[in-house]
Amino acid sequence: MPLLHCVQEKEGLISPETEKDLAEYLSVPVVHVHEVVSFYHLFHQKKIGQCHFSVCQTTACALRGAEDVIEYIQERLKIKPGEVTPDGKFSFGIVECLGACELAPMMQCNKEYKGFLDKKKIDELISLNSHPERSEGS
Amino acid sequence: MEKIVTRHFGQENSHHLDNYRQDNGYEAARKALTQMTPAQVIDEVKKSNLRGLGGAGFPTGTKWSFIPQANPKPKYLVINGDEGEPGTFKDKYIFEQDPHALLEGIIITCYAIGSHKAYIYIRGEYIKSLERVQAAVDEAYKANFLGKGIMGTGFDIDVVVHPGAGAYICGEETALLESLEGKKGFPRLKPPFPAVIGLFGCPTVINNVETIACVPPIINKGAEWYAKLGCEKNGGNRLFCVSGHVNKPGVYELPNGTTLREIIYDHAGGIPNGRKLKAVIPGGISAPILTPDQLDVKMDFDSLKAIGSMAGSGGIIVMDDTTDMVWAAMVAARFFAHESCGQCSPCREGSGWVYRNVKKLYHGQAREHDLKNLPGIVNNIGGNTICAFGDAVSMSVGSYVSKFRSEFEAKIQSTVILSEAKDLKVS
Repeated sequence: MPLLHCVQEKEGLISPETEKDLAEYLSVPVVHVHEVVSFYHLFHQKKIGQCHFSVCQTTACALRGAEDVIEYIQERLKIKPGEVTPDGKFSFGIVECLGACELAPMMQCNKEYKGFLDKKKIDELISLNSHPERSEGS
Repeated sequence: MEKIVTRHFGQENSHHLDNYRQDNGYEAARKALTQMTPAQVIDEVKKSNLRGLGGAGFPTGTKWSFIPQANPKPKYLVINGDEGEPGTFKDKYIFEQDPHALLEGIIITCYAIGSHKAYIYIRGEYIKSLERVQAAVDEAYKANFLGKGIMGTGFDIDVVVHPGAGAYICGEETALLESLEGKKGFPRLKPPFPAVIGLFGCPTVINNVETIACVPPIINKGAEWYAKLGCEKNGGNRLFCVSGHVNKPGVYELPNGTTLREIIYDHAGGIPNGRKLKAVIPGGISAPILTPDQLDVKMDFDSLKAIGSMAGSGGIIVMDDTTDMVWAAMVAARFFAHESCGQCSPCREGSGWVYRNVKKLYHGQAREHDLKNLPGIVNNIGGNTICAFGDAVSMSVGSYVSKFRSEFEAKIQSTVILSEAKDLKVS
């Protein structure tokens, strides 16, 4: 798994070709690599946006308005969960508990946790990441 | 009240070695390695009544004593930092604010069980935790608290930080071992227990982050001191994570046995907007839900078990009186359906059925037989699966139905009214 993390960090996803290469490198059947890649949510088999929102929908976040957050992101980005914006800048997914219920409603924006989300904060995150070269730490 | 695990939280640079050493850091490890035998360490931890704080509440010292010392194979210590139980976020604070407390606990534990290698498994989403713990491990190697012949004692220990990749089930100890071995996280049948056949087929102890962070203070100040802090058979303090409808969500370190009412109202600031409490999950989403009349329960493993719930991971999720309990049950069922690993049919299929059934109820599309069938589906998952996930689905969703049955019934009645009102446009 650390190897898969390394590959994904570099290539942004783990493609069927990469799975084959890894299987050869590790001397294991391709199906073994594939079953690991497909089992864990953090391994992406499809390309994601430069900025990827993982929005938590589990109980603590749900109680504090996660459904509104999800709806507003869909409205702003004009994409559904699992899709990427046509310019490749944004994608978003709905996930289960990220272990930050004290920040509810929250999401992970690339590597960082962003909490107490409201429309204003989402707008800020979207405008900040519309120019990825200027964004910091996300 | 004396803080133990959170004693360094909030201090500037609390995650650095220098800061940790200023407060007697690594002295407990030195004491254990130079003045105590492994058996004495285990005995001390047994006497402290420290119990597994990941959720199962198994006595820690007893768990360590299960490691067969005559077995010639290497022994491993695995730290479960896959914190994924909804409502729980305490281990993240230990990783980020006091990683050296965890490392010192690891040294003492390894010494006690005769292990020379420990793995810290941290959920993949906790990027900052992964960075902080890795940095702490690097610092500790440089200062010879880890590595060969640590602190001049001749005891060797290696620590590896391992990232997870987003699977709730990997918090289950045997699924975590599978994951560490590079496989998908399918729980293993027990027995054999990990103490006999664990990681790579070798004897293994798996402990939660908070549990291990409690070990150095126990060695420093003694088992009696620790045991006195808590309540009967449940020593020490505990990190309670409070979230949901409260004014001050966060992590609170309080003695085991503090009442749920005190935690919610005195520490977490009560319910916002003057609303009333309707329901509360006391120990992570898997724990059966409690009602306002149960708020005076003491928060320890035995008291919660006695009222039919569980202390679990210490994740308290509060719901106010605006909460639709059918909706809350649907959110919980959705979580279980999403996170079932798919190995056992009753859980793989059942968790999906439960979710679809409750979803139908919530959307007013269910009929009477749907509600009637629900307990049957739920009860056929629990007890019929390899790991405790199946039991969690049963206990959790089952408790919403049994405690708030009238709300579920009301959804069906509204269905009948809607279907009878033919002129009404139903979107």
